[in-house]
Amino acid sequence: MGRKRSSLIPGVDKRLLIKDAVKVMPDLTRRRFIATGASLGALTLLTGCDVLDSDSAEQMLAQVSKFNDAVQSWIFNPNTLAPTFPESAITKPFPFNAYYDLDDAPEIDGKDWKLEVRGLVDNKKSWTLDELYKLPQVKQITRHVCVEGWSAIGSWTGTPLRDFLGLIGADTRARYVWFQCADKDGYNSPLDMASALHPQTQMTFRFADEILPRAYGFPMKIRVPTKLGFKNPKYVISMEVTNEYKGGYWEDQGYNSFSGN
Amino acid sequence: MSSLAATEDHVTREPAKVIQPAWVRVMHWINALAMILMIMSGWQIYNASPLFGFTFSRSITLGGWLAGALLWHFAAMWLLMINGFAYLIVGLATGRFRKKLLPITPNGVLADLKAALALKLAHDDLSTYNYVQRLLYAGIIVVGVVIVLSGLSIWKPVQFHYLTALFGGYDVARYVHFVCMSLICLFLIVHVALAILVPKSLRAMIIGR
Repeated sequence: MGRKRSSLIPGVDKRLLIKDAVKVMPDLTRRRFIATGASLGALTLLTGCDVLDSDSAEQMLAQVSKFNDAVQSWIFNPNTLAPTFPESAITKPFPFNAYYDLDDAPEIDGKDWKLEVRGLVDNKKSWTLDELYKLPQVKQITRHVCVEGWSAIGSWTGTPLRDFLGLIGADTRARYVWFQCADKDGYNSPLDMASALHPQTQMTFRFADEILPRAYGFPMKIRVPTKLGFKNPKYVISMEVTNEYKGGYWEDQGYNSFSGN
Repeated sequence: MSSLAATEDHVTREPAKVIQPAWVRVMHWINALAMILMIMSGWQIYNASPLFGFTFSRSITLGGWLAGALLWHFAAMWLLMINGFAYLIVGLATGRFRKKLLPITPNGVLADLKAALALKLAHDDLSTYNYVQRLLYAGIIVVGVVIVLSGLSIWKPVQFHYLTALFGGYDVARYVHFVCMSLICLFLIVHVALAILVPKSLRAMIIGR
């Protein structure tokens, strides 16, 4: 900068020099207006087609979604409880929701079903439904929020997941509990450990004080009131404690992985 | 001659001639982009579970389907929130809001509204907003704050449950969010129409004078 300034013509007033130069130029404001207009046009063009549909846009959005996972994980307070409601607030009928019709929902025989436990746990024994039913259960009436925007209040009863993780000697320093389900096309979903250990996260066996009906995930659903509905897997057949991100049915299709409420 | 005077002012950087300072112009257009991205992706999200008996045509939505629209919505939200927050801070700190938008008196608004509807409202001095402009610009800032807060309460009804409760619960917050979007769209129609009617105001928002 200093060198440039010293190379200006000695003895000439810089202000006067600029004034003289400006006089021979076309209307400056008009030139600037056109120049700015052109760059705005370029921006519209970029956002209008190129960026919107290109792979680079998808990559950028995926990056931001990962960033949003981190932000949500930071916002998540393990001591903040989901609001609970009175019995009278329960949505009736509670909606059935899946990517298939109710007729195509898994039909599981409770006598044959077993919950498979894998990964970073001390005791990998499988659990029958009768064994699980003997564990202490608690009831919660909370709001289920769907990624689509609608919500419904339901009554869920079951064993807090953190109690079960303690029972099987799970390494709770691991990053995820990954669930696999009996849905057609193999539904699965990862749950971050902090959410898995939240006091309201539940292995659900009953809905509205009745054995969990087929529509809502018989024999076992994972109820996570701090997550959007698609991260509340139904018809669960296995859980794996893992440090590996194994993806999920909807997560792999672009839904934000953390999806916390 | 007048253009020469203007260029001389430019050289000597006469501050009085700058109608829209650079920070206002930059933030205005960032906000315009962010708003359009938020509204178009928001319409696609709305379509997944409509609040009313209609959906938005996919030709005017962004994201293609729900997951794509959510990715856009939660990316553009950073642009909208950071830019909007900075705008509020600078607007308050520099006294621009106070100088430009206040006072707003009912009589002033009524008089200017009558004049505007009779097409007799003068736009000679772009550096001073009339009462209708003040009301609309102040109002849209409030709507902008409410749409962000209602959006946060829909996004985090557990973590921000006090905020969600303030809006009357999750389901009501969705309606508040939608109504704010509608108000912004109405504002946009009037705002863009008037910018076209008074092109020098558009010019001032692009080059500052």
